[in-house]
Amino acid sequence: MGMTMTQKILAAHAGLDEVKAGQLIMADLDLVLGNDVTSPVAINEFNKAGFDSIFSRDKITMVMDHFTPNKDIKAAAQCKQCREFAGQYGIKNYFDVGDMGIEHALLPEKGLVAPGDCVIGADSHTCTYGALGAFSTGVGSTDMCAGMAKGKDWFKVPSAIKFNITGKLPKYSAAKDVILHIIGMIGVDGALYKSMEFSGEGLKNLTMEDRLCMANMAIEAGAKNGIFAVDEVTLDYIKDKVTKEYKIYEADADAEYDAVYDIDLSQIKPTVAFPHLPENARTFDEIGDVEIDQVVIGSCTNGRIEDIRAAAEILRGRHVADRVRCIIIPATQKVYLTAMKEGLLEIFINAGCAVSTPTCGPCLGGHMGILAKGERAVATTNRNFVGRMGHPESEVYLASPYVAAASAVTGRISQPSDIM
Amino acid sequence: MKAHGIVHKYGDNVDTDVIIPARYLNTADMQELAKHCMEDIDTEFAGRVKKGDIMVAKANFGCGSSREHAPASIKASGISCVIAKSFARIFYRNSINIGLPIIECDEAADRIDAGDEVEIDFDTGVITNITKSESYQGQSFPEFLINIINSNGLLNSLK
Repeated sequence: MGMTMTQKILAAHAGLDEVKAGQLIMADLDLVLGNDVTSPVAINEFNKAGFDSIFSRDKITMVMDHFTPNKDIKAAAQCKQCREFAGQYGIKNYFDVGDMGIEHALLPEKGLVAPGDCVIGADSHTCTYGALGAFSTGVGSTDMCAGMAKGKDWFKVPSAIKFNITGKLPKYSAAKDVILHIIGMIGVDGALYKSMEFSGEGLKNLTMEDRLCMANMAIEAGAKNGIFAVDEVTLDYIKDKVTKEYKIYEADADAEYDAVYDIDLSQIKPTVAFPHLPENARTFDEIGDVEIDQVVIGSCTNGRIEDIRAAAEILRGRHVADRVRCIIIPATQKVYLTAMKEGLLEIFINAGCAVSTPTCGPCLGGHMGILAKGERAVATTNRNFVGRMGHPESEVYLASPYVAAASAVTGRISQPSDIM
Repeated sequence: MKAHGIVHKYGDNVDTDVIIPARYLNTADMQELAKHCMEDIDTEFAGRVKKGDIMVAKANFGCGSSREHAPASIKASGISCVIAKSFARIFYRNSINIGLPIIECDEAADRIDAGDEVEIDFDTGVITNITKSESYQGQSFPEFLINIINSNGLLNSLK
């Protein structure tokens, strides 16, 4: 029986010719990631277990992105602990304020992930790198600790759901709408323990940033990983970024899938996920009049340059509605600089937006845009759980940068066609 | 090995943001985090929970973030086992890696109510509801994972 793309990568990293869904394996890791919230727990475990060396100085990365620039004294202490550990063990890819970015935007930009890699990260959105044709999955801090010490971790080989992509997105429909549509269709546990494998002739119409956005939210359907077939778009993206050797894996023609869905991009409409689950996806014929207090455009889902350009396209020459705060957070220093050079930051500031240095900040209710009781936000982030962006009685509506920017202008959930 | 305690009951899709809200994640002190465990959906949990108590929920328990602070704060609050219809995958592996017993069992998740007195035999996977005089067969772990659990977590199993 044939193997899926994920199964082939896992088999190769476990030194096996073949693996089957459900099999438990130990696999070698190409990259181990942690951030300022999860790394301290891993470091505590590392020290408690008595480890005194790391498996590689090149293959461990720590990114200080969640509560940075340090939001309070405790957050500062957590970053300090990471900084000292990285210094003590000579971890090369340690990124701190000034050169950091949101981890899942930063690592692909730095060329740290290549097709065929096996990556773990102590952050659930580590599934983002599947966009590059890597196996990449979120784990906990104990896994991160084991990965740092030994360069390996245990996995249960997943089965897969295949998404056959065709067509091309209409103007003002975005990759975010595609993934919200899919999560709405299969549910927040629709891909539990499984891979979501994306392929088909429509892939050529999805940019690498589109794919990063879609793979990023595979976890919101419960998936172990999301993974895209490698093509010209992938190779073009990595050619001036990735310097290490890599291997491209393809799913076998006779690979078995638990389900196959056809996704016609031309049918995708602007979509909003209502509180309090990403599966509550609605298109505008089902939305009605929803007043909002805040808009957040950024995050590991939608903080890349194409997202910032999309928001600027809507906000150019317009102004944010009265009594609405619009916070724009370019995901990396490079995105920030590019947006500055292209004049996008000026568009935002003239429109009455706040522009922030890269941070996960408000996405997880950390800082830089917390909601009060009863407030509503439209956000380009990935989760709208109870209390996610602040008070347990606040609400988060997930949407694309186009929808978020249009909503900032009108002060209610809106799509670009309402104002363009 | 057995667990025995009073049940705290929850529904579907209990996410890690309500198990331990991110606003408290500026510390890795699990005893401190236990004071805020579940507070966004059950403000009385931290004051009510007793050592050995059992948490029961429905499908996709622990969805969302990878924060190990979630199972760790549940464990630090005194909970001896979590029973659910299914667990989100990162929560599942985190629980095994840190030694928080978890069991998947549809029938137990449907039949057990808040306040029931329940006993769990981890060797057989049998869940006994003392209050209702019923028992349910939970799913047992494969040998690979039992070895991790018996080594008292992943790190010890790798040494």
